[in-house]
Amino acid sequence: MARVVVDVMPKPEILDPQGQAVAGALPRLGFHGVTEVRQGKHFELEVDDSVDDDTLAKIAEGFLANPVIEEWTVRRLS
Amino acid sequence: MKIGVLTFPGTLDDVDAARAARYVDVEAVPLWHADEDLRGVDAVIVPGGFSYGDYLRCGAIARFAPVMTSVVEAAGKGMPVLGICNGFQILCEAGLLPGALVRNKKLHFVCRDQWLRVENATTAWTTRYEVGAEILVPLKSGEGGYVADQSTLDELAGEGRVVFRYAGSNPNGSRDDIAGICSANGRVVGLMPHPEHAIDALTGPSDDGLGMFYSVVDALVSA
Repeated sequence: MARVVVDVMPKPEILDPQGQAVAGALPRLGFHGVTEVRQGKHFELEVDDSVDDDTLAKIAEGFLANPVIEEWTVRRLS
Repeated sequence: MKIGVLTFPGTLDDVDAARAARYVDVEAVPLWHADEDLRGVDAVIVPGGFSYGDYLRCGAIARFAPVMTSVVEAAGKGMPVLGICNGFQILCEAGLLPGALVRNKKLHFVCRDQWLRVENATTAWTTRYEVGAEILVPLKSGEGGYVADQSTLDELAGEGRVVFRYAGSNPNGSRDDIAGICSANGRVVGLMPHPEHAIDALTGPSDDGLGMFYSVVDALVSA
């Protein structure tokens, strides 16, 4: 068994209004100096040893992320 | 003549889509997400709503439903397919249409009657309109911003595959004011606004949407 993390982020050229809204709220809360926020998704998968890296890439590319608008990374934690 | 109307868990507008089909004297055939059988329909409407609760991404889970395998296969053989709102998102996720729909630029869910300009009157769903005509139909979506990379946008514009643009102010940040697009052969159309809600002045802002359903009848009759 292993824990795998898939992070999915909007591509740099894709407008991220949610991240902008978070960034806009920070000064109102008294936190200054944060110049940009991008918001994405974080998945944690428990996988058994039969799941290889190619399969994980297919899961990320074909389902967890939409490559039209998002970038993804896969990391094995253990 | 039969038009199939898909229902996923969380679909909302299948009833109105079926009603629109009946308004143009076509039998509306309910198609269930878990069933691969298209039941002999001549065209398919993928209606709006929140399939699978919009979990993961709008349309991302619906595209893997068994019925969508059959819809993609039928579209490949030229069957007219119309995706409305969540249906448009599903067709993009399924790869039948390019690009994607993202959160509205100002984050607010937009619910209003929206003027659209007809840009292409040759698709299977728009021959009853004239290019440049403006129609009034409801728009109700939180993730209606159309995005695609620049080369795709150039291709859509160059090939006349932008079917509708928002007239007046852009309600959601869609690139190039795009409200709806079509496949290269003009048989598959997707749009965010809701023509099926604008088929009778009694229940909608106009009957401007009815033309889409008459258009597909014409396309099927002449086929």
